[in-house]
Amino acid sequence: MASGDFKTAYGEWKKKLGLHEEKHPPIRRRFSTVSDLEIPQALYTPEEIKDLDYLRDLGFPGEFPYTRGVQTNMYRGKLWTMRQFSGFGTAEDTNKRYKMLLASGQAGLSVAFHMPTLMGYDSDSPQSKGEVGKCGVAVDTLADMETLFDGIPLDEITTSMTINSPAPMLLAMYVAVAEKKGVPREKIRGTLQNDILKEYIAQKEWIYPPKPSMRLVADTLEFCTKELPNWNTISISGYHIREAGATAVQELAFTIADGIAYVQAGIERGLDVDDFAPRLSYFWDVHNDFFEEIAKFRAGRRMWAHIMRDRFKAKNPKSWMLRTHAQTAGVSLTAQQPMNNISRVTIQALAAVLGGTNSLHTNSMDETLALPTEQAVMVALRTQQIIAEESGVANVIDPLGGSYFVEWLTNKVEKEASAYIDRIDQLGGMLAAIEKGFPQAEIANAAYHFQRQLETKDKVMVGVNRYQQEEKSRSIDVLYIDKTAEQRQCARIADIKKKRNTSKVETSLIALDRAARGSENTMPFLVECVKNYCTVQEMCDVLRKVFGQYRDPGMY
Amino acid sequence: MKEEKIRVLVAKPGLDGHDRGAKVIARALRDAGFEVIYTGLHQTTEMIVNAAIEEDVHVVGLSILSGAHNALVPDVIKGVKKAGAKDVLFLVGGIIPDEDIAPLKKIGVHMIYTPGASLEEVISYIRKNAPKRKIA
Repeated sequence: MASGDFKTAYGEWKKKLGLHEEKHPPIRRRFSTVSDLEIPQALYTPEEIKDLDYLRDLGFPGEFPYTRGVQTNMYRGKLWTMRQFSGFGTAEDTNKRYKMLLASGQAGLSVAFHMPTLMGYDSDSPQSKGEVGKCGVAVDTLADMETLFDGIPLDEITTSMTINSPAPMLLAMYVAVAEKKGVPREKIRGTLQNDILKEYIAQKEWIYPPKPSMRLVADTLEFCTKELPNWNTISISGYHIREAGATAVQELAFTIADGIAYVQAGIERGLDVDDFAPRLSYFWDVHNDFFEEIAKFRAGRRMWAHIMRDRFKAKNPKSWMLRTHAQTAGVSLTAQQPMNNISRVTIQALAAVLGGTNSLHTNSMDETLALPTEQAVMVALRTQQIIAEESGVANVIDPLGGSYFVEWLTNKVEKEASAYIDRIDQLGGMLAAIEKGFPQAEIANAAYHFQRQLETKDKVMVGVNRYQQEEKSRSIDVLYIDKTAEQRQCARIADIKKKRNTSKVETSLIALDRAARGSENTMPFLVECVKNYCTVQEMCDVLRKVFGQYRDPGMY
Repeated sequence: MKEEKIRVLVAKPGLDGHDRGAKVIARALRDAGFEVIYTGLHQTTEMIVNAAIEEDVHVVGLSILSGAHNALVPDVIKGVKKAGAKDVLFLVGGIIPDEDIAPLKKIGVHMIYTPGASLEEVISYIRKNAPKRKIA
């Protein structure tokens, strides 16, 4: 069709639509995504993406700018990694769950640590009261790590560890466990979350102030680059930013701005960008708004490719690739009619796959009530397997590429996120922006806006503000954490403290203190500490004395 | 006779970092005309008791999503009562399993809000039930 014909035809159709809508008005005054990004038109056509240049803006899979995916043949070559995040009770309890997951076809492990470990406290600390084993597994010393991975071949599986402020300590433990099992450090494969900036922005599990925390991140970057060539050093996470209330655009922008800060930190440490950038990976939330999510994944890859090539002058194509894990949105799940969550998770997982994720966790239907039961976890894992094996969506690469709407939305999301990144650059980068409270305030505003939209029913959550029904009691079982976990874990620490060599503990902690006060890399000192069975808190306390502690500014 | 403006302490006890709900509710209560004091994260139960007494609040709202509610809530209620505050309204919001609701109410929690509760619900409950204190 000649373009003149198209323009005339499109103009006529728009007139027709206008007349139609006078008689039959649209069901809503304004259409927008779950993030309240306006979708102004009812239809998208070649007209809305007329400036799109295929080679420049999309390219081929595995080629710059990776809009269509980072691998040349995507899921035809290898399905995404199905990786369910889990951990609860003691290391013994969680080790059983891991063996069940591996036996059910899961390809990698993902460790959820309990709140005291995340905050650098031991299970027997007064701050840990009531928290032991509740939100994850209790790990206090190397002995717990040995139990956690008992009977699991660390040279065959990959392990992801969600740990941030005490990330260097837990990485040191993983290295020590692997070496004890005869697996050399250069062979271990996995991912450390190690994304401290998003802690100040959203997740709030911090210990030290931002600057010394960034030094620890640089320590791990340097250590891994030199000694753990197969380890993913930072999982730059949008997940928690989104869950705290950010829009899809804010998630994309703040996370990439965090990524920029880490690359900067690596370069300032004296590393060559191409030596460490290939080992950075991302972690997206995947929410209910199907096309917005797909657009976010695609826009993210294109943005990162340009930033790494053009801003940081990286030459290795692996440095340009945004590889990502994804997790379905916990915040979208409802405690009301919890079985409905299975449908939400399915839609979200499908969006992640169509967005080209490299790894995926699907939430369980019961996670607004408690940690998931074995049965609920199985449904969540099977959801991924149904998408992979039955739906047919993995047969072709980026099947939505070229969709007028998806390409328009990808451009729109990229444009808005880039504007945020420019603003953060003007504030002096992410560290400065955090100190000014900028991303925190933007997220709090977005969260409040969404809650208001729920109250006015501008946004609908099925079973919450529409289609509610009386529920006498919960229709599903929930997991209860064994009440003896806290006692058992405290007894275990006491036992380790009795058995370990006290003078070695003291010497290694003093050496750590000296390294922290100076400019040496703390990682080798931490490896020594963990081998002597120092506890997580003992190591974190040494650094608390040197670095100080961060306090919540408490803005709302 | 004029009544005091209702003062609400919104508090995050324990190590739990999930503060989305606490911040949204703090802002909604402020917009509804209450005086709101937000503690920020990672407060010990002693810190919360002290804040409640110092600010002489009418309402203490605790937000807990980590599963530690059974260990933390009783300490706050006991502490506030022990310090001599008799007419405080105690609210809890967060991920609270059904089985835990009755026991928490028994030890003095007036109302528990789980995911999906609306801001309006909370605001009108406080308006109706917060202690009325006459300005001396």
